[in-house]
Amino acid sequence: MSQLDDQSLELGAPSGSIAECTLSEPEKTPQRYRIVDDEGNYDPDALPPLSNEELKELYRWMVLQQVIDVRMVKLQRRGEMGTYASGRGQEASMAGCAYALEDQDWLFPYGREATALLIQGMPLRDLLLYWRGVEDANKQRKNKVFPPAIAIGTHIPVGVGFSWGMSLDNSDAITTLYHGDGHPSTGEYQAGMNFASVIDAPALFYCQNNGYSISASFEQQTGAKTVAQKGIAYGLDGIRVDGNDILAVYDAVRTAREHVSKGNPTIVESVSYRLDAHTTNDDPSLYRDDEEVAQWEEKEPVSRFESFLKEFGLWDDIDEEAVREEANEQFDQAKEAADAYDSGGVEEMFKYLYDEMPAELERQLEAFEQFLEERPDAYDHIEHRPKG
Amino acid sequence: MNATLVEAVNDALQTAMAGNDRVVVYGEDVAETGGVFRATQGLKDEFGDDRVLDTPITEIAIAGSAVGLAMYGYRPVAEIQFSGFIPPTFNQLVSMASRIRWRTRGEMTAPMVIRAPYGGGVRALEHHSESLEAAYAHVPGLQVVIPSTPHDTKGMLLSAIEEPDPVLFLEPKRLYRSFREEIPDEEYTVPLGEAAVRKEGEDITVISWGSTMPDTLAAAETIEEERGVSTEVIDLRSISPLDKETIIESVKKTGKAVVVHEGPKSGGFAAELIATINEDALMHLEAPVHRVTGFDVPIPMLGMEDYYLPNPPRIEEGIKRALDLEGGV
Ligand SMILES: Cc1ncc(C[n+]2csc(CCOP(=O)(O)OP(=O)(O)O)c2C)c(N)n1
Repeated sequence: MSQLDDQSLELGAPSGSIAECTLSEPEKTPQRYRIVDDEGNYDPDALPPLSNEELKELYRWMVLQQVIDVRMVKLQRRGEMGTYASGRGQEASMAGCAYALEDQDWLFPYGREATALLIQGMPLRDLLLYWRGVEDANKQRKNKVFPPAIAIGTHIPVGVGFSWGMSLDNSDAITTLYHGDGHPSTGEYQAGMNFASVIDAPALFYCQNNGYSISASFEQQTGAKTVAQKGIAYGLDGIRVDGNDILAVYDAVRTAREHVSKGNPTIVESVSYRLDAHTTNDDPSLYRDDEEVAQWEEKEPVSRFESFLKEFGLWDDIDEEAVREEANEQFDQAKEAADAYDSGGVEEMFKYLYDEMPAELERQLEAFEQFLEERPDAYDHIEHRPKG
Repeated sequence: MNATLVEAVNDALQTAMAGNDRVVVYGEDVAETGGVFRATQGLKDEFGDDRVLDTPITEIAIAGSAVGLAMYGYRPVAEIQFSGFIPPTFNQLVSMASRIRWRTRGEMTAPMVIRAPYGGGVRALEHHSESLEAAYAHVPGLQVVIPSTPHDTKGMLLSAIEEPDPVLFLEPKRLYRSFREEIPDEEYTVPLGEAAVRKEGEDITVISWGSTMPDTLAAAETIEEERGVSTEVIDLRSISPLDKETIIESVKKTGKAVVVHEGPKSGGFAAELIATINEDALMHLEAPVHRVTGFDVPIPMLGMEDYYLPNPPRIEEGIKRALDLEGGV
């Protein structure tokens, strides 16, 4: 057989019908993997293998996420924090994914997933510092966390390259690329996804589809029905999961992780809803109505998990108030540590750009330090300039 | 009307759309909410979904489709949400927008405007505050415009939309709401490529644009009082094309100059201006031309961004150095 004939098997059978040669979207939106329903009912056989302690721990992470969101927004309103992106409504999606990963795995975040970062090992103090605009917060190598991808899509090819390194090293680690449903619209996402597929990168594309990208609804973001299907054209598998069901998220990511670690990059689309504003700068009333938000409040993941814990018989073991108090204390301590953090002087701005500071940069630093000595009134402009 | 700079943007867009039904406004979040700075507020209600569009997050396609739309015969005015997200458009600006006319020997053109808020000082997140106008000005065929007052903003945006070639229109977001100014209600234009002399003087020329303009004017006035000298202050307004004449004439008169900008120092646009002055007015110079700029580092996150930005004391010291004839920087 000639080479061409060999290949023809791969090309698919020839057909004289255009219809048979036409590929299109599935007519129905694919299902969402779910274990626990809105009322907390579940099939015991479908439960992932988690101990009671682990279930309680998952609950604690979700409560911590709630506490962080409420308190960060308050601090922002008081001028003690920069712009903040709340994760309310996505507690299950964030914590469930991070919890399913292994210690050796790396996380490439995009900014909204507070508890995912903390589960990975990043201190809460550093999360506060990040949102206060302190670069030191990005020193998370030890915790295997890359700085958040504030410029959307930028972390995707980078994370793919990082995971490529893992596979070249025969490491059994993977990278998880957290992102939103807006990210796949960027060129970098699509290029990164295709590249991952060609090099068999151990990269897990974890999409939190929270319905909106700032004001753009998912329908305005793409003509596709799902994010999960985006991988198909590039040769990636996709899983859709109910992002408000923490056990389903955990199970789906665990399964996907297995697949990914064998060199099969995979998209997990966690379908959820952002209950708060996009960030503290956003006014969601301009683009969505209260009725829609109320509907999703009903499906809110923390209360769903509480219902499950009741059905499962573990709720009596949990002192909700104590869990919340503990989370608040944890936040108090982190805030105290962030307040006390010495973020250094002006040299911080000049350090780290190069391995060795070039002479010109040293000159700029010295001249600036001298200027600040000579003109202490400059601090009036620096500290008290009206902020946008 | 009495308008802020961002209201002037809005007014210009409204005026342009009302006067020409081929003007199409689009970008991320521009339609439903009026954009994150509300620059496009109300336009969708007035002009409808077809002419005011929310796009997916794809700066590549926002810029690239503007080239195509413009070539076809529309007048796209696309918004890039923050200057830090212009880089993905760079390929389309360099490889397509700026050279369509040249490549097709004048047969096709891309009369498009890309608007973006630029600069630091509003406590935005990282990657939101870049001032890389010098990089964009380095692209032949791409016009780069930066107004600093509400009046210029409306007039220059209207000029940009009428302009037969592509314009990158950078808006100093730090000044979006920092002051108001009386601007005409009706349509008017302020030509591109012409600097404005904000203040006439005899002893030193101070050149700036965009976000650093008010601080530069304030510093110049402080120096006048302190030193009893008179300063001439030029607002460049267009980075490309550059109004060399106004600069050279001024320097010939004053013999001294300082350039103030927010972008990093090395390779910044001040360097181009100083080279221009050297080429055409060296013999009139009585002192080296100084520059007061950002530093050669990425603009820091909000914890330290105010240290990075040139402020009036820094500008004052720069002017004094030039006045005092101390060489070097
Ligand atoms: C390249 C780029 N363009 C635009 C923005 C402005 N921006 C910040 S967040 C955002 C929406 C992100 O939506 P999505 O990916 O769905 O994540 P979500 O915030 O909804 O979790 C946009 C447009 C940006 N940060 N980067």
